[in-house]
Amino acid sequence: MSESSTTGAGGGDGLVLDCRAMRCPAPIIELGKNLTRVPVGELIGVAATDVAARVDVPAFCRLRAQEYAGETTAEDGVPIFWVRRLS
Amino acid sequence: MNSSAAPVVHLDAAAGEPLHPAARETLLAALDAGWADPRRLHRSARHARLMLDNAREVVAQCLGIRFDEVTFTPSGTHAVHQGVLGLLAGRARVSDLLVHSAVEHSSVVHAGQWHARNGGRVAELGVSATGRAELTLPEGPIAALALQSANHEVATLQPVAELAELAGDVPIFMDACASAGRLPLPAGWAAAAASAHKWGGPAGVGVLLVRKGARWRSPFPSDDRADERATGFENVPAALAAAAALQAVTADAAEVAARQHALIDRIRAAVAAIPDVEVVGDPEHRLPHLVTFSCLYVDGEALVTELDRRGFEVSSGSACTASTLTPSHVLAAMGVLTHGNVRLSLTRDTTADDVEAFLAALPEVVGRLRAEAGL
Repeated sequence: MSESSTTGAGGGDGLVLDCRAMRCPAPIIELGKNLTRVPVGELIGVAATDVAARVDVPAFCRLRAQEYAGETTAEDGVPIFWVRRLS
Repeated sequence: MNSSAAPVVHLDAAAGEPLHPAARETLLAALDAGWADPRRLHRSARHARLMLDNAREVVAQCLGIRFDEVTFTPSGTHAVHQGVLGLLAGRARVSDLLVHSAVEHSSVVHAGQWHARNGGRVAELGVSATGRAELTLPEGPIAALALQSANHEVATLQPVAELAELAGDVPIFMDACASAGRLPLPAGWAAAAASAHKWGGPAGVGVLLVRKGARWRSPFPSDDRADERATGFENVPAALAAAAALQAVTADAAEVAARQHALIDRIRAAVAAIPDVEVVGDPEHRLPHLVTFSCLYVDGEALVTELDRRGFEVSSGSACTASTLTPSHVLAAMGVLTHGNVRLSLTRDTTADDVEAFLAALPEVVGRLRAEAGL
């Protein structure tokens, strides 16, 4: 997995996990493993082509008591789903 | 051959109940006596016709409707297609708009796609987080509404009778496949469908129900059979076996439902205690025998495979278990976790010991799969 820093939802910068071409639940596993790499209060993004990510990232936030911060689009058109770390 | 020592516990009754003993006995007898064409006038044909009429009568009694409102079809799916499209055809002069809930069975969704390909319009009713349809109807004339009696994946009962009050003269198609033989049919529908193999009847028997006075027109080439809605040579022995199974399960329905409801309560509580597991669907207002939950970080296919290895047969709505590689549209519409999904549905013979064995195995399976994923 590669990763990058980009402008996140709401204009803030954040770590983006490149989960393109991964199938569920791999993008959510990456999110779970990497969440603590950003400080509390900051954003982490999941760039995912898997259609399940649109449902599963917000569901992850509900289960793990994090904040879902919306969706943006990467330069290649792939959606990025943003999570604000709350704990 | 599976030589595994683990006894098999079938927890996928929603996909198919084992054949009920009453159905088996009836089927074997009827194969010899009910082979002839019920449309003919000779003695063998009259036997077959008597058996077919008997099957219709029994199904009608069990479901609390009239004899001539029952038609046997080659599958539940076919009954759904005929029901949805037949109501639309009957209302073609009024509107071309089909409105169905976002969590209907794929057979209803596919009937809608067929309608759209033929120039019709389709709109969806959204659902709450528990999967209950929200009764906000679109503006303008509606040809037909489709709402299931209960959801086949998450067990939530749907407000069919409430929808009927809102709908006025717009006919409702009700997919009753998930609940028929388990719970009384709600009121307010014009056409409905059910499927015999889900109540312990044989596969290949669907039931199309059309209320007297409903405007229904055949959406497919018609035939010249026992009634205007039947097509093809009736499978009389299977229809009679389906009726025998329905009669048997209807007689025990209240007792079985109470027992199953309590077992599912037990499962819901125990599964919810596993970390990062989401138990979905309405906890109370639901089918008695079915529950769905999703396990964070777990691959649905691996979960089903590992549970099967340990003797537990379950199904899953996760994308990796579907031929299309898309997650269940039901789970997606509810906004619940789609991966790591397990649907568990009890058969009439599932015991408390079966349930406890499953609950003993599940945390270990989930924990192991999470450890393999590095979490």
